[in-house]
Amino acid sequence: MAFDMYLVIFLIFGALCIAGALNLLLQRHPINSALSLIVVMTSLAVLYLLLGAEFLAAAQVIVYSGAIMVLFTFVIMLLNAGEEERTRGSRAAYLVGFPGVAALLGLLTYIFLSVRMPLGNAQLGGGTLVTTSDLSRVLFRDLLLPFEVTSILILVAILGAVALARKEES
Amino acid sequence: MHLWPLAVYLVIVVMLVVAMLGLSFVLGQRHHNRATGTPYESGILSQGSARVRLSAKFYLVAMFFVIFDLEAVFIFAWAIAVRETGWTGYAEAMGFIAVLLATLVYLWRVGALDWRQGSRRVVA
Amino acid sequence: MHLACILPEVILTLAGVLIMLVDPLLPRTASRKPTGWFSVLAMVAAFAASAWQLHLAPGTAYYGVVQTDAFSVFFHLLICGTVLVALLAAIDSVRPEAHDMGEFFALILLGTVGMLLMTSAVELLLVFIGLEISSISTYILAGFRRRSGKSIEASIKYFLLGSFATAFFLYGIALTFGATGTTRIAAIAAALPHTTTPILAWTAVGLILIGLGFKVSAAPFHVWTPDVYEGAPSPVVALMSTAPKAAAFAVLLRIFYGAYPSIQQHWWSLFWVLAAVSMTLGNLAALRQQSVKRMLAYSSIAHAGYLLVAFTSFSLQGIAAASFYALCYVAMNVGIFAVISHVGGYDDHLWSITDYRGLAYRSPVLCGAMAFFLLSLIGIPFTGGFFAKFYVFSAALQQGMFGLAIIGLINSGIAAFYYLRLLTALYSKPAQGSPVLAVPRMSITLGLAILLSASATLLLGVVPRSSLDLAQRGAGTLFQTGHPAQAAVQVVNDAPSQ
Repeated sequence: MAFDMYLVIFLIFGALCIAGALNLLLQRHPINSALSLIVVMTSLAVLYLLLGAEFLAAAQVIVYSGAIMVLFTFVIMLLNAGEEERTRGSRAAYLVGFPGVAALLGLLTYIFLSVRMPLGNAQLGGGTLVTTSDLSRVLFRDLLLPFEVTSILILVAILGAVALARKEES
Repeated sequence: MHLWPLAVYLVIVVMLVVAMLGLSFVLGQRHHNRATGTPYESGILSQGSARVRLSAKFYLVAMFFVIFDLEAVFIFAWAIAVRETGWTGYAEAMGFIAVLLATLVYLWRVGALDWRQGSRRVVA
Repeated sequence: MHLACILPEVILTLAGVLIMLVDPLLPRTASRKPTGWFSVLAMVAAFAASAWQLHLAPGTAYYGVVQTDAFSVFFHLLICGTVLVALLAAIDSVRPEAHDMGEFFALILLGTVGMLLMTSAVELLLVFIGLEISSISTYILAGFRRRSGKSIEASIKYFLLGSFATAFFLYGIALTFGATGTTRIAAIAAALPHTTTPILAWTAVGLILIGLGFKVSAAPFHVWTPDVYEGAPSPVVALMSTAPKAAAFAVLLRIFYGAYPSIQQHWWSLFWVLAAVSMTLGNLAALRQQSVKRMLAYSSIAHAGYLLVAFTSFSLQGIAAASFYALCYVAMNVGIFAVISHVGGYDDHLWSITDYRGLAYRSPVLCGAMAFFLLSLIGIPFTGGFFAKFYVFSAALQQGMFGLAIIGLINSGIAAFYYLRLLTALYSKPAQGSPVLAVPRMSITLGLAILLSASATLLLGVVPRSSLDLAQRGAGTLFQTGHPAQAAVQVVNDAPSQ
């Protein structure tokens, strides 16, 4: 019974995710596309949750649905982006892009189907990473140094943002 | 893990939204007068476009929000396991926060959080 | 004990944060040069700390995330030395009146922290974070000349393509984790032969190679290089064309020899192709350049190709040759860009090869230094460039890579053409009627930078023994993690007698 429930929720949110992604591409106004992206991101968060990745789901909501989307809407606002014009698209996209995408999709499908069994049995970290508190234990012991170094990464990013936004003095 | 509450919640949310939109559509009055579409039905006519150019400062603020939001994710991970990680975890989190605090001090000093026009600080 | 393993990184982080905090407190009109001097001091301290690490017993710290060994120390010294020269070259050649110089130096110091971590990390996640730190700081440094459209264009191009490449690298890490269930380099090497999904490992190898191939600007992932080098300020190019590349090469060595030695038969041919294409494409494109910086950009692509030749040789010798080549390459490249940042000016008002005509009559000392670096880039004996090429090609020949060695030798011949074109321009009389552009007096710091890099290039060409020994010790530590059985085999040193 519980299994069915997983499947139902997976189907609902999988469909929602794909619908959101398609809508994102088909909408002509950037803000509509941005809002569809929120749908995509949030459904992805639910899918992560279904896989048992709580922390990833939470991070997805906090970072992507929250912060990144704010950035997107700010940029759309700052650029005064209006409605796009529909173009026929470049010929290169039709000649190379679509067959390329189809080939890549075919290849990935083939790989996933042909090595489905071993992929399903792959041991990821000994299967111990289940809950957020497990993750925290890894983060605060085994990955102590990378965690601390991340703060330097954030610092560099902020320095960069300020350096780029600085007024050029005459 | 039982997912029934989630499903019920989802159904309730969808029903609520449909009910709100549907009820206002059914019950609300409709009229199509000359000024219905204008922003201020009984006020001054608005002039120009609503799309004004905004200062790049907004972008800077959005950027800081994203960056400090990431910091929040890490602290969230610590908050969940604060008992298990003990004092060492506390020290690590403090180290992380200290570096970011230094960043905040820098931002403050350099005037990136300053909104006054004509400020003598150097960031746009 | 733990802290000793990351001492250089800690010193640079503290110095960088200090500069960042002090800079806004200084009066607006005050010169920012003291922050530059302070960063030079910090870099010297980091260099000394790295040298001191050599006396530590090799080992890991912080739950096996970083490893201090001869290999990491070799690259630590290389990177600290290079950044030191780049800092000295930058202090006086970047606009002296600028108020954002504090950030400039802080970004350099913190970026160096990232590079150092890349070389000592044995956990792929830490490698990734180090790579991001060093990349983000160089993206911003490339756009530091904000008045110039070219500089901003360079920064944006570098940023977009660079983040794309980093994503490839990250995807490679994820697939490695999928194949082996770990991101520790030694554990990957141990788990790889038993993996049930070798296809994931092969894909991971390809993705990691694409990501790092971009960072070292190996063809066909090189397209960003000429535009970025042309647009970025020359003192920044002196930095970004050397230290981050050396760090990326160190990561390539560590990952491919440390984590993936057991599937070497799958990846050596990729390196073969990458090396051949980079050498040929870089040299052929450099032949047609008019701008000195673009020419040197293509030359650096070709040099990445020479270095990659060493990767096809799966031996201790190959690793040592690659490390030694990286050392010689950074020494001569940081030197020539230090000269260019002074001659060309911060705004690049002298940019083409014809602009450099008759430099010998205007500034004989600078011109002599530049000529020396060019000779080393060609690979003339008694310069570092000669031994670097010698060791790389002998490592390849030892492995029976005759085809690749021949391609490399032909390329060295082609390369001589364009280096000599610039060299003859330097020593020929300026064209009649062309305005003689005065080269400003050389400052002491710039002189010191050029002196340091020139003497390093000379010493590597005359007495390469000690640095080569260190490179071989480093190669030994790397080889052990991947190949415990073969590490016992003592490699005969075939350095030619002087």
